[in-house]
Amino acid sequence: MTRILTYSCYDLLRSRWSYAYFLFYLITTLALLYFSSDLSKAIISLMNIVLILSPLIGTMLGAMYSYNSREFVELLLAQPIRRRDIFLGQYLGLAGSLSLSFALGMGIPFLIYGVQVSAEVWNFATLLFSGVMLTFIFSGLAFWIAMKQEDKTRGFGTAILLWLFLAIVYDGIFLLALILFEAWPLEKFALAASLFNPIDLSRILIMLKLDISALLGYTGAVFQQFAGSTRGMFICVLSLLAWAALPVAGFLYSCKRKDF
Amino acid sequence: MIRFEHIHKSFGKQEVLKDIELHIPAGGLTALLGPNGSGKTTLVKSLLGLVIPQQGHIYFEGKPIAGKWDYRRHIGYLPQIARFPENLRVHELIRMIQDIRSEQGRPDELIALFELNPFLNARLRNLSGGTRQKVNLLLTLMFDTPLIVLDEPTVGLDPVALVQLKNLISQEKERGKTLLLCSHIMSVVEELADDVIFLLEGRIHFHGSLQSLLQEQGETRLEHAIARVLKPDFHLQRMES
Repeated sequence: MTRILTYSCYDLLRSRWSYAYFLFYLITTLALLYFSSDLSKAIISLMNIVLILSPLIGTMLGAMYSYNSREFVELLLAQPIRRRDIFLGQYLGLAGSLSLSFALGMGIPFLIYGVQVSAEVWNFATLLFSGVMLTFIFSGLAFWIAMKQEDKTRGFGTAILLWLFLAIVYDGIFLLALILFEAWPLEKFALAASLFNPIDLSRILIMLKLDISALLGYTGAVFQQFAGSTRGMFICVLSLLAWAALPVAGFLYSCKRKDF
Repeated sequence: MIRFEHIHKSFGKQEVLKDIELHIPAGGLTALLGPNGSGKTTLVKSLLGLVIPQQGHIYFEGKPIAGKWDYRRHIGYLPQIARFPENLRVHELIRMIQDIRSEQGRPDELIALFELNPFLNARLRNLSGGTRQKVNLLLTLMFDTPLIVLDEPTVGLDPVALVQLKNLISQEKERGKTLLLCSHIMSVVEELADDVIFLLEGRIHFHGSLQSLLQEQGETRLEHAIARVLKPDFHLQRMES
């Protein structure tokens, strides 16, 4: 598996996408830090970018990579390697190299501005953790979709729709439900519903860590009330880890019975 | 060496392999013949574990292959359609496969044989069909495997390369290897095959030595014998015309 991982990483780190992604985060972070010169504010601004962009890039590149590496996979399948190792290696290679671009692009400017000696270091670490988790979760979901769907166009469409749903539509439906059922106590429902969306989970996690009640929003406030900050964060981290494991288990299961 | 037991495979509603029972002993070249869509490639792919049959068991050297992967170390497989990571250069691809199998093989000998030296630095996407097939052959034959499975090895090869491939196949045969060959080129089969399997609509219609197929059908040419298996009145048609 490590060999496949190395080849995937090598292949991806040579591609333009990794550099573009790295440069985007580098420039955005530098600009935000330069203009606000306040680590905490920069973290909040970046959070909104990370919560939308990391899932999107993970989804898109996950789908693109798994469809484009079909040939490679077919070649590998006739070699003495485990099926599981081929796909796991490719997935870790992709999610790893994307996370590396993200972490370096965002990390270097923060290090220049001395985040490691400031009080914000754990807030920054939480943001970094959320971004990496979202990359892993969404590229895993894209891999799973690509495994299930032979047709490239449909696979892409499904992956992008899933991102759109979780990043934007989900919140809309959520708000609508809250307004429509105003009269009922919806705390439990809201809690459960936010567990089913990794983007919401990451948002709540960062908010709880930053401890900005004004920005917590409805679910965040309920979360804090229900679980308290520390326990809430603990639940968020656990749920995110479960979210990362789910698509991996899914595509590893469906790869076993697929014909090539 | 290879045993198929009650293999069934269908893709959706289309039944591709219907209750295949087959035993291929070690040594010699067995040709897998049959019209397009008769299930040759699916049969071969199921041996490699690329296609997973719905029913039945496949044994390689006495052991069931289901869920196994290490047995592929003993098989050299030439896929029908050569699909490569297009961004790699030829020499990088060779290195990669060597690395994955943790074996060196004998690439230099085959590079010289197929005159691939000028293409080693070319990217795979820029290669012609024939050259791709040579690279494909190189990757398959460079390792010393007891079983060699060739799915349409002659596609796109020029006459010189074809002669070299035939020589290479006979050499491997003499070295006691087992070969499985799918081909539509009857002259190649006639020249090289010891045994013939004839597949039709997912069933085995004939399995025996090349000689016995010819004798059974009362023909001297394999093409005619095959035609007679397919159409028993083939002889009459020929007489009339």
